[in-house]
Amino acid sequence: MTKKQKKMLWRIIIAAVLMIALHFAVEAFGDRVHEPVWFFLYLIPYLTIGYDILLKAGKGIKNRQVFDENFLMAVATIGAIAIALINKSGDYTEAIAVMLFYQIGELFQSYAVGKSRKNISALMDIRPDYANVEVDGELEQVDPDEVEIGTVITVKPGEKIPIDGVVVEGVSTLDTSALTGESIPREVRPDDEVISGCINLDGLLRLRTTKEFGESTVSKILDMVENATSKKSRSEAFISRFARIYTPAVCISALALAVLPPLFFLIRGQAPDWGDWVYRALTFLVISCPCALVISIPLSFFAGIGGASREGVLVKGSNYLEALSKAQTVAFDKTGTMTKGVFEVNGIHHSSMDNEKLLELTAHAEIFSTHPIARSIQKAYLEGMLFREDGEPVEKKDDLSGRKLDRERVSDVKEIGGNGITAIVDGMHLAAGNTRLMDSLGVQYINCHEVGTIVHVAIDGKYAGHLLISDVIKPTAKEAIRALHDAGVTKTVMLTGDAKNVGEAVAQAIGIDEVRAELLPGDKVTAVEELLAAKPERSVLAFVGDGINDAPVLTRADLGIAMGALGSDAAIEAADVVLMDDDPKKIALAIRIAKKCMHIVNENIIFAIGVKLICLVLGAAGVANMWLAIFADVGVMVLAVLNAIRALFTKNLRA
Amino acid sequence: MKKSYKIEVDCANCANKMEDAAKKTPGVKDAVVNFMALKMNVEFEEGADPKAVMKDVLKNCKKVEDDCEIYL
Repeated sequence: MTKKQKKMLWRIIIAAVLMIALHFAVEAFGDRVHEPVWFFLYLIPYLTIGYDILLKAGKGIKNRQVFDENFLMAVATIGAIAIALINKSGDYTEAIAVMLFYQIGELFQSYAVGKSRKNISALMDIRPDYANVEVDGELEQVDPDEVEIGTVITVKPGEKIPIDGVVVEGVSTLDTSALTGESIPREVRPDDEVISGCINLDGLLRLRTTKEFGESTVSKILDMVENATSKKSRSEAFISRFARIYTPAVCISALALAVLPPLFFLIRGQAPDWGDWVYRALTFLVISCPCALVISIPLSFFAGIGGASREGVLVKGSNYLEALSKAQTVAFDKTGTMTKGVFEVNGIHHSSMDNEKLLELTAHAEIFSTHPIARSIQKAYLEGMLFREDGEPVEKKDDLSGRKLDRERVSDVKEIGGNGITAIVDGMHLAAGNTRLMDSLGVQYINCHEVGTIVHVAIDGKYAGHLLISDVIKPTAKEAIRALHDAGVTKTVMLTGDAKNVGEAVAQAIGIDEVRAELLPGDKVTAVEELLAAKPERSVLAFVGDGINDAPVLTRADLGIAMGALGSDAAIEAADVVLMDDDPKKIALAIRIAKKCMHIVNENIIFAIGVKLICLVLGAAGVANMWLAIFADVGVMVLAVLNAIRALFTKNLRA
Repeated sequence: MKKSYKIEVDCANCANKMEDAAKKTPGVKDAVVNFMALKMNVEFEEGADPKAVMKDVLKNCKKVEDDCEIYL
């Protein structure tokens, strides 16, 4: 608790004790001590608990800010005391109790908000406090803000990486979970880029910084999350509009309630019963404070955004969280989003020898090539990839000792521009390339039934089989699409620049509804515009991309989701929601978090407004007294705040 | 020009009121109060002097909510 809160707690305790003591004192000595002694005695707890409210109300009137809650509470309680004085009932407890509960409510609110603010900030406590810089051979801890680009910093095991950089020395594993929600550690070695906010797990690392602290990933993320709640959602806008109208409306009704019915009775010649109607009007005033709504809605969003960021889902504003919950159409980029965007040998077919032998020979023929296709063949060989009889890759060999590409075995390498390569490997004439190369050599080849890039191989003029090289679908892609449908997405579309058959094959494999293939970057924007026109009314179209080349599409869609965006500034800028790692399952998780949060927001709106309306009706009918009114007010607020904090918990939303 | 200020305020409704008051201050193009982060982001009009404008903003905020603070 802060000092202010502690002081308030003491005031509440003292006032409560005094009030109860006085209550019993009246019972014991009520017949011997008379007014106005009790009145003055009761003023002590009343002023103890309410003096600041009265002062604020006075200042409010001076500054022409009449309809604030201080004014309302002041009028309601002073009115209650006045009625007690006029009726000579001596019941001052009510006014004190109303003030007391109001203050308890305020205290709880400020405590709960402060606490959740702290909790949520702790979740995002990835801000590094210092950087180790070597000065005259000794390590010194300095403020990361003061470290210049290109400085070599040391990160010890267990420390956070303070600034983005490149590893100069050392091998270690990094815990990226604070940034990505991903629990599997990542290995780094010299020349690898590392991002700030990760925790160095085991080895000593020396990094050369590539950015200033303020431009580093960790600073950007913190900045983004902290400012996220500044972008207000429609629900929040609705609530502030509502609060603006609600309080004056209730005050005017209260005035009408106090004046009109008694006048009506007066005209009809009946007893006006002023006291009763004024009391009902004062009850109105107590209910009129819109606190529960005004606090719980932004708190729900804040908790939702905080909970999401713990899962590696950064939402850049409350409005985007709202949009996310309404996503019904989701369009994807293919490469890098649903597929890994790296080419791998995915099969060897019609081989005239052992599959592994063919791979070995081809890898040697491609030994000097740096083409991505050639690289993937070299990599498959070096990693000891094994294949089944039917050519599917099965596993990787464990024992890789002595496995290398041996230049001695290769000679006469000729690249045949755009078609392939010929070389002499182990004394055999080997040709590897596309169908044009085979045609030019007059070799009969067999077409592949699978989709991808096919490298045909001929040895000594005879066909020796082909290697299938394709982009690998992410292992969670299929599950991700199913999870999206479960989360209420009705249509999934894949947009790709790739050939039609490639796109369709991937879409079919993972269960995407629609494919638009062979799109140039500009066509993707047009495609998204078409989808926008076709989507159901009031629903949201989200586009998921990896942030490379698709910034215009990210901005054009209702909601842009960038994936695997760690370190990609352009994507973080362009997108509304950023998934820190590249697991497509996170999209559905993000939608579920958003839905839960919006559910809580709606619950709070309906609950708070509902209870207030019921109390207003009961108050007008004379059923509810001021006690009930203040209980309703504080109770609703407490429940709404507790409900709002639920948005922080996301564990059970993971699939 | 945009600037961000740390603020101190107790209730969310008061934060809304501060936002309104700040928006109405001459020289302020737009203002957003973020109650959860206790921050006020102010966008100034072209050619306005942030320091002078913020003094007025603070004065106006104090008018609507006595118990608030903006750390300039």
